[in-house]
Amino acid sequence: MTKRHIEPIVWLLFSAGGVAAAVFLPILILLFGLAIPLGWVRPDYNYLDAVVSHWLTRLVLLGLLVVMLFHSAHRFRYTLHDGLQLRWEVPIAVLSYGGALLGSAAALLIVLTI
Amino acid sequence: MADSIRMQVTRYTPGPDSVPTVAEYDVPLRKDWAVLDGLNYIKDHVDSSLSYRWSCRMGICGSCGMNVEGEPKLTCATFLTDYAPGPVRVEPLSNFPIVRDLVVDIEDFMEKLPRVKPWIIRDDDVTVIDGEYLQTPEELAEYKQFSNCINCMLCYAACPIYGLEPDFIGPAAIALAERYDLDSRDRGQRERLDVLIEKEGVWGCTFVGECTTVCPKHVDPAGAIQRYKLKAAKENLMTFLLPRAAR
Repeated sequence: MTKRHIEPIVWLLFSAGGVAAAVFLPILILLFGLAIPLGWVRPDYNYLDAVVSHWLTRLVLLGLLVVMLFHSAHRFRYTLHDGLQLRWEVPIAVLSYGGALLGSAAALLIVLTI
Repeated sequence: MADSIRMQVTRYTPGPDSVPTVAEYDVPLRKDWAVLDGLNYIKDHVDSSLSYRWSCRMGICGSCGMNVEGEPKLTCATFLTDYAPGPVRVEPLSNFPIVRDLVVDIEDFMEKLPRVKPWIIRDDDVTVIDGEYLQTPEELAEYKQFSNCINCMLCYAACPIYGLEPDFIGPAAIALAERYDLDSRDRGQRERLDVLIEKEGVWGCTFVGECTTVCPKHVDPAGAIQRYKLKAAKENLMTFLLPRAAR
């Protein structure tokens, strides 16, 4: 019987976050960071508001944000642990994933209230 | 082209020497000479006490791995002219204890390799008389890339994690586990997974990817490790999702 481990769970989140950050984040940045502010596209406000208010959009945004937060937490953890050679394994993990959890809670709050 | 190149070679004899030192030798620079030919020249003509491993000179035996200008290389497949006008630095592979000069002790790997059971495991009692296990070209293609590993240890020398965490089972061992897992004749996936699902198995790896960069046989150990992580993660998820009896 296999023992239960936490590492594979955070790795799955890290993996999913990597895909999300590579595939979807550039699209979001291009749309909301460049195209709309610079006026390349002019979406109708009411239409955009309706899209963002839809529960499916909120769910997708929340999912993307959570996995990307865990992706960055995992990277941060190993940058401190292997890159900077800091050996406080447990505090580093708590700090990294705790930060991702807090960020996820904030993301949940935001998507529920937009 | 200059007619000679300077080689800076690590010399070390445990006991008399407290630390490795660097010796310089000028060797002929020829278009068809590999770094190994330079070492052979030194041994034959300058200093016969120089120690290093080599055998086939054609990238198959995997014995002549050394750090050339800091990069793990097969010295039989690394040409001196690529480092002209020199000097070219030749050191023993990183992350291993030095036995003498350029010879490293790979005992740690020799102990780890059999842990992943890199052989075909069967759950039936087919004997030689019953005939061979048949395999289609497509089934062969599944694992062929991973079977090209020659155990040259370049991936272990390149892996920063192996340097930091000596318990990590390492790139070549995992690539070879994947080679047998992907073999249609094999039934040993479960046994290998039990070894690699642990912390010192695949989870030591943080996907630096240097193992694949330095691999002279294009085995892609980093790819094998990522595939294995997915297998291990799925299995681990099962332990959370399934009741105890169903595992």
